[in-house]
Amino acid sequence: MGRYFRRKLLIYGVTFVIAVSINFAVPRLMPGDPVARMLSRNKVANPESSEAMRAYFDNVFGFDVPLWQQYLNYWAALFKGDLGVSVYAFPASVSSVIAGALPYTLALLLPAILLSWIVGNSLGAMAARNKWLDNGVLPVGYVFTAVPYMWLAILLAWVAGVILGWFPVAGGYSFALTPTFSWVFIVDLVHHWFLPFLSLFIVALGGWAIGMRNLVIYELESDYANYLQALGAPRRLVRRYAFRNAMLPQITGLAVALGMVVGGALVTEVVFAYPGLGSLLLSAINNQDFFLLQGILLFIVIGVLVFNFLADVVYVLVDPRTRLGLEGGQS
Amino acid sequence: MSADLVLQTEIVGKRNEHLYFALRNRKVVIGSSIVLALLLLGVVGPFFLSSTPNEYVGPKSAAPSGDYWFGTTYFGQDVFAQFVHGLRSSYLVGALGGAIAFVIGLSVGFTAGYRGGLVDEFLNMITNVVLVLPALAVLIVISSYLEVRGVVSQAVIIGLFSWPWVAKAVRSQTFTLRNRDYVDLARLTGKRAPQIIVREVMPNMASYLLMAIILLFGGAILFAAMLDFIGLGPTNAVSLGTMMQQSMAWSALHLGLWWWFVPPGLAITAIVGSLYITNVGLDEVFNPKLREM
Repeated sequence: MGRYFRRKLLIYGVTFVIAVSINFAVPRLMPGDPVARMLSRNKVANPESSEAMRAYFDNVFGFDVPLWQQYLNYWAALFKGDLGVSVYAFPASVSSVIAGALPYTLALLLPAILLSWIVGNSLGAMAARNKWLDNGVLPVGYVFTAVPYMWLAILLAWVAGVILGWFPVAGGYSFALTPTFSWVFIVDLVHHWFLPFLSLFIVALGGWAIGMRNLVIYELESDYANYLQALGAPRRLVRRYAFRNAMLPQITGLAVALGMVVGGALVTEVVFAYPGLGSLLLSAINNQDFFLLQGILLFIVIGVLVFNFLADVVYVLVDPRTRLGLEGGQS
Repeated sequence: MSADLVLQTEIVGKRNEHLYFALRNRKVVIGSSIVLALLLLGVVGPFFLSSTPNEYVGPKSAAPSGDYWFGTTYFGQDVFAQFVHGLRSSYLVGALGGAIAFVIGLSVGFTAGYRGGLVDEFLNMITNVVLVLPALAVLIVISSYLEVRGVVSQAVIIGLFSWPWVAKAVRSQTFTLRNRDYVDLARLTGKRAPQIIVREVMPNMASYLLMAIILLFGGAILFAAMLDFIGLGPTNAVSLGTMMQQSMAWSALHLGLWWWFVPPGLAITAIVGSLYITNVGLDEVFNPKLREM
C-alpha cells in the first residue's frame, strides 16, 4: 500500500510542478508581448503614462530580474497564496475573485459527477443482462457521449428555458434578490442551478453506462463466472461478483474522466452565464486578464489532483489487492 | 445461408475477410457513411458556395428557406455557407490533431513497452502526468496567449495533450507481445528494434490501432469545438464551434434563431457519434466472438 501511494503522490507532485511551470513559461515564451497587448488594450496613448504602466507591469510580472530568479520568485509567491491582482476585477486579488466563484462550480460539478457515475453504472449493469434494455441504453449512451457539452446546454436552455419558460437561463440567482440565507433565496438558487447541472449530468451519464455494460459483459464471460455457473450458483450471485470486479476500472475511470468533466463544466457555465470558474475564465480571456487566467488554471489543476487522490484512496478501500501489496491498481 | 457464407469467405480469402465483414456490418456501414457524407459536404461544398462565409449577403435573421437553406444569422450571413466551411475546419482539426496525438502516443507506447526498464519508468511517468493534467484548462491558457490562431495551430496543441491513453494502451499491449517466440526469433536474426516493432509487433495490434485513431479523431473535434466556443477558435476561419459562440454572443437563444445554433452542434454530434458507432461495429468485425451473424 505504501508503494502504491508513494507512486501516486510522486506523479501528482510532478504534475503540479509541471502545471506551475507551464503557467510560468507560457507568458514568457509565447510569441508576442503580453504587456504590450495589455497596454494597447487599455488604449494608453500618452507616452508618459504608457511608460509608467509598462514599468508597473514589468515589475508585477517580475520581468526586471533574470529568468531563474523569476521562476523562484514565482514559486515563493505561490506558497504565500499570492496569485497577483486581477485586472478585470481591479483591485481585488486573484485569490479572492476565484474563491468567490469556486462554490458555484463545485456545486455543479460534485453532484453531476457523483450522480452520473452512480446512475450510469447501475444503468450499464442492468443493460448488460437485459437485451431489451441494452438496445435502448447503448445507442442513447453513444449519442450522449458524442454531444458537445455546450450544445446540450444550449438546447436545454432553449427548450426548457426560452420556449417552455420553466427555468431561468442565465445567472446563479435572480438579480432582484440579494444573497441571504433564506428559503426564498435557496429555492431561487436551486432553480438556477438545475439546468446547468442537468446538462452536465446527461453528457457524463452515457460514458459510464456504456463502460459498465461492456465491463460486466466481459466479466460474465470470464472463467470464474463460468466456473460458478457450472457449480450451479444462482445467477444473482454470479452477477454480484461480476459487478464488483467491473467497478474497479470504473473508479480509476472516474479520476481520468475528471479533467474532461471540468472542461465541460467550464463551457456549460459559459452558456448559462453561471457565476462559477467558467464564466470567470471567459471574462479573464475577454479582458486579457492573464493573472486571473493562470490562477484559474492553477485552481483547476489542484482540484483535479485532489480528486484523483481521493479516487486512489477509494480504490484502496475497495480493492484488497492494493492493500496487501499485490498487483492491481498499478496504473 | 451459413453454408453460402462459408463458401464466400473461402473465396474472398483470409486477407479480405475483415473487409467482407465490415461491409456487412450495419454499424460500420451506417456510421462510416454519415462521417463520409459530411466529409464530402465539407470538402466539396465550399467550391459551390462563396469563399467568404462571413459576408453579409441576405436579409437579417431569416428563417430557413429555398435561398438560404439554413437561414441567415442576426447580421444576414448565410448559415449554410458557414456550416459547410465549419465542417471543413472541424475535419481538418480532427484529422491533424488526431494524427499528431496518434504518432506521439504510438512512439511513447512502443518505446516504453519494448525497451522496458528505466526508459519505461520515465516515459510512464510522463504519460501519467499528462493524463492527470486537465487538458482543456492547459489548452485554454496556451491558446489565449496566441495572438493569431489558425486551425493548424489549434490542432497541434490539441494533439500535444491528448495522446496519453493511447500510449498507455499501446505500452501494455507491447508488453504482452514483446516476449513472444516470433519476436525473439526476429531479434535473433539481427533485426533492429524499430524494424521489429513495425514488422512483428504492430501488425498484431493493427485492429486496435485503427480504433484508437477513430477515437482520437472524434476527441480532437470535441476539444476544438469547446475551445472555439470559449472564444479561442481560429481567428481567420469559421468553425462549428465559433458558429455556436457567435450565436450565443448575439443572443440567438432569446431571439429564437434556432437555425443558427442547432446545425453546428448537430453536425458535431453526428460526426462523433457515428465515429463511436463505427468503432463498435469494427470491434465486432475484428473480434469474431462479438459478431451477431
